[in-house]
Parts: sequence; C-alpha cells; structure tokens
Amino acid sequence: MHEASLVSALCDQIDRAVAPHPGALVRVVHVRLGELAGVEPELFRVAFETLREGRACDGATLSIVHELAEWRCRACDAAITRGAALRCNACGGAARLARGGDLFLDRLELEVPDV
Amino acid sequence: MCDVCGCGDPKVVSVDVHASLLSANDHEAAHLRAHFLEDGVTAINLMGSPGSGKTALLEATARALGGRLRLAAVSGDLATTHDADRLALAGIPSAPITTGTACHLDAAMVAGAVHGGVIGEAVRTSDLFFIENVGNLVCPAIYDLGQAANVVALSVTEGIDKPLKYPVMFKAADLVVLTKVDLLPHLRGVSVGAIADALSRVMPTPRLIELSAVDGTGLAAWAEWLMARRDEVRRAPRPAHPHSHGHEHQR
Repeated sequence: MHEASLVSALCDQIDRAVAPHPGALVRVVHVRLGELAGVEPELFRVAFETLREGRACDGATLSIVHELAEWRCRACDAAITRGAALRCNACGGAARLARGGDLFLDRLELEVPDV
Repeated sequence: MCDVCGCGDPKVVSVDVHASLLSANDHEAAHLRAHFLEDGVTAINLMGSPGSGKTALLEATARALGGRLRLAAVSGDLATTHDADRLALAGIPSAPITTGTACHLDAAMVAGAVHGGVIGEAVRTSDLFFIENVGNLVCPAIYDLGQAANVVALSVTEGIDKPLKYPVMFKAADLVVLTKVDLLPHLRGVSVGAIADALSRVMPTPRLIELSAVDGTGLAAWAEWLMARRDEVRRAPRPAHPHSHGHEHQR
C-alpha cells in the first residue's frame, strides 16, 4: 500500500505550505488523483485519516478530485477512445496521456486568526 | 466572536500549492539519474508480479552478457535476501534492499543501497545496473528511480489480461519481456497475440520480447535491446556535476 507513503509526502508538503501562516488551521486539503496515477482514492483517504494525526493538517477535510484518464494523439491531438488501442484513428500517430496521470496537492483552505 | 463588528472571527484563506505528491522522490531520482549518466551506467528498473521471472531473467542475462558487459544489481524484497543471493551466484555483483513493509522501491532506497561500499563501486563501474523491484504490479509503477528504462517482466502463466487490469504499470513500461514462453503449449487460451492486443490498449509505444530463460528463446533480442539502451546512455551528454547539495561521497 504505497498510499501511505504518498500521504506522508502530502503531510510534509502541507507543513511547508502552512509554515508562512503562523497560527493557521488547515480546514480543507484539495488533492487531484489521476485515474492512471496508480492510487486508490479510498485507501488514500484512510491513510490520510490515520497519518494526519499530530500534523498541521490534523482535523482537516480531504477533498479529492478524481481525474479521468484522457489519451490524445501526439501529432494531431485527436482524442483516443477509452479502451481502444493507443494509436490515433485519424493520423496513426502515437498516443500521449493528456490528463489523469498526476497526483497533485492543488490547494489548501486555511483558517487564519483575524488580527 | 464580537457580535457588533465580527472582529476576532477567523478568516479563511486559500493557498495554491500545485505540487506533485511525488516531487520529493522525483528530486532524488533526478539526482540518481545524473549520477548514472555521469558514470555512463545504464540503469534498468525491472518490475513485474511476484513469480513473473525477474530474477531468472537476470540470471539468464548474466549467462548471455556477463562476459561482454559489466553488470550490477540491487534486489528489492519485503523479506529475505534470496534474490540478491541468486544474482551473486550468477556472477552479478548485487545487494539486497529489504523493504520491510514497503511494497515498492523509491529513489531514496536505491540511493541508500548504492552509496559507497563494494556494491556502490560495482554499480559505478557497471555498464548495466539492474534495479530488481519488489514483485508487485501496482505500487512500483509510479516511483522514478533514476532509471534509463522501465522493463516489465510478464509471464505467460499470468494470463492475457494483466495489462488491462494493471494499466498504470504497463503505461510506464518501455519494454515488456514476456517470460516463460516455453510453457505456452501447456496453457489453454493464452496466446502472444492476445497479450500484445491488451498491451496496445495501455502502452503508448508497445514493445514486446518473447523470452524463455529455460530454453534461451529471445535472449539475443533482449541483449540487443539492452545494448541499444546502453549506447543511448553512452551517447547522451554528460551532466555537469550534479551536486547542489552537501552529501558526502565515498569516491
């Protein structure tokens, strides 16, 4: 279960992002998990609920956007049908993964003391 | 809070981060890759299911290439050093990476294993350095280890639909070595054509070598593919000394 090591890296990134905001509470953590990024969202959520304890994101809500995979032709950018061979129907070009291959910490919502 | 003006209310701010969760690993992997290039080492990340024949493939590689090229290897396993012991017996200088509970190798584990010592020297002076990953078709796929190429060993006994079930692994592969093809006559419903069709749906540039470590089928094609990767690495421009940080080197 590599989700645990990814969540551990996520917690480290959150610590760094929160450091310039003293006294801030992390309310929401927005992540984007690609369909072909090799992560099971439910396992990721469970790992987050365990590993956030004692970290800056303790108590935060995890918001996951699951990004569907999208293959496109490298040459002409035509979309390739889901499940089909990874060759462009229009020009025969090779495919590239245009979306759905990444794991990203997109954004944090922080509650900061109003002074 | 103050019910006159609302002072004392916390305010919510949004902070854009937009960072890959793999950035720490990718940083370490880039460092390894620069070292491999600097030393002219072709690193191959060998992945596949438990029992797909990764170690047997490397033993056969030693028989086919050991006299011509300098080989080195590290083997990742949750427990035991069996694979590294087998590779050492086959004449490949090797070291185990015992991962405990981790289901994959990451760049830091590889860096730790090849830093210094006898194995570090063997890796630095090798032509081909094999990183035999933990047997697993899921987790190892997303971790860059600084390799020049990803190879997936897929055995014919695993059936025809593994590529469709584990697309992330095969998406990342530069080459699939279809192992144990000497067993094909005994397997009903398994054909190389059906496996190749599945691969074409998940692997952007499908490349398949049919191989048997038992009867030697495909070993020449595999050796030729490895030599081509080695030539690419040898021709690549050497990086400037890759250290912007202060770790100690045992040179």
